[in-house]
Amino acid sequence: MATAGKSVGGRSDTAAPAAIELRGISKAFGPVQANRNIDLRVPKGTIHGIIGENGAGKSTLMSILYGFYKPDAGEILVDGRPITIADSQTAIRAGIGMVFQHFKLVRNFTVLENVILGAEDGAMLRPSLSKARGVLKQLAAEYQLNVDPDATIDSLSVGHQQRVEILKALYRQADILILDEPTGVLTPAEADHLFRILEGLRDEGKTIILITHKLREIMEITDSVSVMRRGEMVASVRTAETSPEELAELMVGRKVLLNVDKQPARPQAPVLEMRNLSMVDDEGVERLRGVNLDIRAGEILGLAGVSGNGQTQLLEILGGYPPKNAKVGGEVRMNGQPLPLSGSRCNAGQRRRDGIGHIPEDRQVEGLIMDFAAWENVAFGWQDAPEFNKGWLMDNAAIRSDAAEKMERFDVRPRDPNLAARNFSGGNQQKIVVAREIERNPDLLLIGQPTRGVDIGAIEFIHKRIVELRDAGKAILLVSVELDEILSLSDRVAVMFDGRIMGERLPDQTTTGELGLLMAGVTDMSAPATAGIPPEDQHPEERA
Amino acid sequence: MDKMPKWADVILTPLISLVLAMGISALVILAIGESPWVALTTMVEGALGSSYGWGFTLYYATNFIFTGLAVAVAYHASLFNIGGEGQAAMGGLGVALVLLNIPLPHWALALPVAMVGAALFGAAWAFIPAILQAKRGSHIVITTIMFNFIAAALLNYVLVNKLRPVGSMDPASARFPESTNLPALTDLFASIGIEWGRNTPANITFFLALAACLLVWVLIWRTRLGFEIRALGKSEPGAVYAGINPVRITVIAMLISGGLAGLMAINNVMGESERLVLNAVEGAGFIGIAVALMGRNHPLGILLAALLFGFLYQGGGELALWTTIPRELIVVIQALVILLTGALDNMVRVPLERLFLSRRRTGGAKG
Repeated sequence: MATAGKSVGGRSDTAAPAAIELRGISKAFGPVQANRNIDLRVPKGTIHGIIGENGAGKSTLMSILYGFYKPDAGEILVDGRPITIADSQTAIRAGIGMVFQHFKLVRNFTVLENVILGAEDGAMLRPSLSKARGVLKQLAAEYQLNVDPDATIDSLSVGHQQRVEILKALYRQADILILDEPTGVLTPAEADHLFRILEGLRDEGKTIILITHKLREIMEITDSVSVMRRGEMVASVRTAETSPEELAELMVGRKVLLNVDKQPARPQAPVLEMRNLSMVDDEGVERLRGVNLDIRAGEILGLAGVSGNGQTQLLEILGGYPPKNAKVGGEVRMNGQPLPLSGSRCNAGQRRRDGIGHIPEDRQVEGLIMDFAAWENVAFGWQDAPEFNKGWLMDNAAIRSDAAEKMERFDVRPRDPNLAARNFSGGNQQKIVVAREIERNPDLLLIGQPTRGVDIGAIEFIHKRIVELRDAGKAILLVSVELDEILSLSDRVAVMFDGRIMGERLPDQTTTGELGLLMAGVTDMSAPATAGIPPEDQHPEERA
Repeated sequence: MDKMPKWADVILTPLISLVLAMGISALVILAIGESPWVALTTMVEGALGSSYGWGFTLYYATNFIFTGLAVAVAYHASLFNIGGEGQAAMGGLGVALVLLNIPLPHWALALPVAMVGAALFGAAWAFIPAILQAKRGSHIVITTIMFNFIAAALLNYVLVNKLRPVGSMDPASARFPESTNLPALTDLFASIGIEWGRNTPANITFFLALAACLLVWVLIWRTRLGFEIRALGKSEPGAVYAGINPVRITVIAMLISGGLAGLMAINNVMGESERLVLNAVEGAGFIGIAVALMGRNHPLGILLAALLFGFLYQGGGELALWTTIPRELIVVIQALVILLTGALDNMVRVPLERLFLSRRRTGGAKG
């Protein structure tokens, strides 16, 4: 609490009993102090947000609550009684339920089987299953948690899978529900539905802890919010008494520009033209269905959509590496020349020579080799470049000095080219990728999720560089699941759903609501029925 | 960062493992009623105490360097090539076919030609598992193991039915022409007037092995191919993103790996037995796995580990010869070394890392 200049949340309503209280929790991993003397008090029957940048220590704190880590110091009180949470079983018995960012479901089991998994009553399954069926029915009625108990997880949409996770926790009689970045994979409408469920749970007296990095969600749903920065709890405030700007400043420790500062675009001739681009993957599923898009020089085209609707495949095809055994149809032209979509000329190296840069969606799996040093990663993908080679050998000295320069210009910290990529924070890893691709000055830059897992300070920096590249007259395709990012950065927004482009909008002439409906596959805005019902409930199984 | 210093990682950890393995071996020797001290001195004396011992130790080490490098190159592409045994055997066949069929007047001429034969046959034997892995996803561990057996059967057939000289009862090829015999290290020393290691098999292939270490180091850490091999080994999606063709790199890495394993035949077939005999590889292909593991897939580490295993091999032989300790115990000692340096590496590493961290933290607090 030492650093908090703010009033400490919950103090004002000390009268309400705390569902969970942390006192002086500290946890270190080696020399890294992940949590330092954390105090937190969450009153019963409230929704409490925990917000902070990546690496601020949110996940560590929650892992301590769920018994994955043992704190070095401090105590945990549940319902006023101090307890030691040795493992997740203890946490469950104490009434703590966790909904992870990456669902922990058995994909080929039914909903019912997943719910009882680990909570079976005896050796035989049947009694547990029929008991669970009853409980599920009751929960569904109580909290709008409708899921077909006999559907397998595979056949459910992401939003429904998340409900199964919540049901699992409730079935284990959780009174305190912790949700880790729950909306990352949801459409805005699905997220709204989730929030209604959470409100329902709160009104029934459950306590909810919501971990997120989205300020909008905090403002929308929480009663109080705690801000973490560098392992410390820097403030706890009532949501009604704060603002997004104040929270952002608390998270980063300095003033932050939430909106991207940019001039209107001056688009020129199209650089990339896609005509009727289609793709069927090796399982026969159509991932892209007749995509027509133009990207002009000097503009940023934002491609919005819930992840898994074909954006990844589109980036891979344009990047020169369509998924194995996929059938790609249609035509793509780059500066008027057709791009090969299959065969040996369709590879990422050739695409780079054709002037296409690519910041891939998953920097840890694709964009970087995590065990390679930073300087090696600066040559990654460009290992053929003449300036990196000297006869038979790679010119390591040249690569190193190039890396040092790029790290300097992009303010990568620590500025140590010999450090392995995995030892950089998410934001600095991304800066290495962005530096490598942008500094090549590509005619077309493909960008996937540029700021996923990146702290706010680095987001600001990366956005600025992307806009600079646009102003230099380059074409940019921006794929992001963050609607806010798409809206603030793009000059034009296209929405993708189920492999189709649902429509194009200008960012200043649309709303999150309209885009959200497009993202859920609803084009007929005039139909009154769609207004109130979450679109995912109309097309629940289509996206499987 | 949050790691211990590199020297502790590379030198101290295997050293502690080694000491532990020796400690446990000592207990085993005590348990069968022999003296560990006598065993140790016999081994050291027998393997390192005379130029005769060194002559054998270096010969074995040469074999292990080649098979160890073979495992390491594949490993960097994340391929576990445990077919070194078969590839080295086929390399021997390559050497024999070259030397028996092409008249070569001098060893200096025969050496490069035989090397081509050895590497080609070894590489060819690795090619089929490689292409099966790259194109069909057949797991390389399974296929290379199976190819070891196929190689053994094939060699048996060829030696008995094709290469065995008429009238010979021995399943072995004819002797290679005298002119192609490689100079032993003994001869080399003799030429500068030093008497060294008479009647030992160590030959100039040892220098080839040293050169191979250097070349593999250059390949892995200094060439674009090495960069691409390592990138593929760490992340296939990453490699694809970077424009690296996984099929191509998988096959090339395995060809190099098989070629290196095949080159071992220069040492044992051309350099030592001077004809192709049955089971010429004598398990060196498998020892190569342990050598690569212990050497952390780095050529320098492999060189050191190969010397250690050469010592264990030669010292073990001496132990069986001069003491009542049964030969099988040598296998126990070797197994313990492999177990502790390879499989149980983390048993030593993790506590050691903790130790360094806690030392650093207290040191940092003081500073």
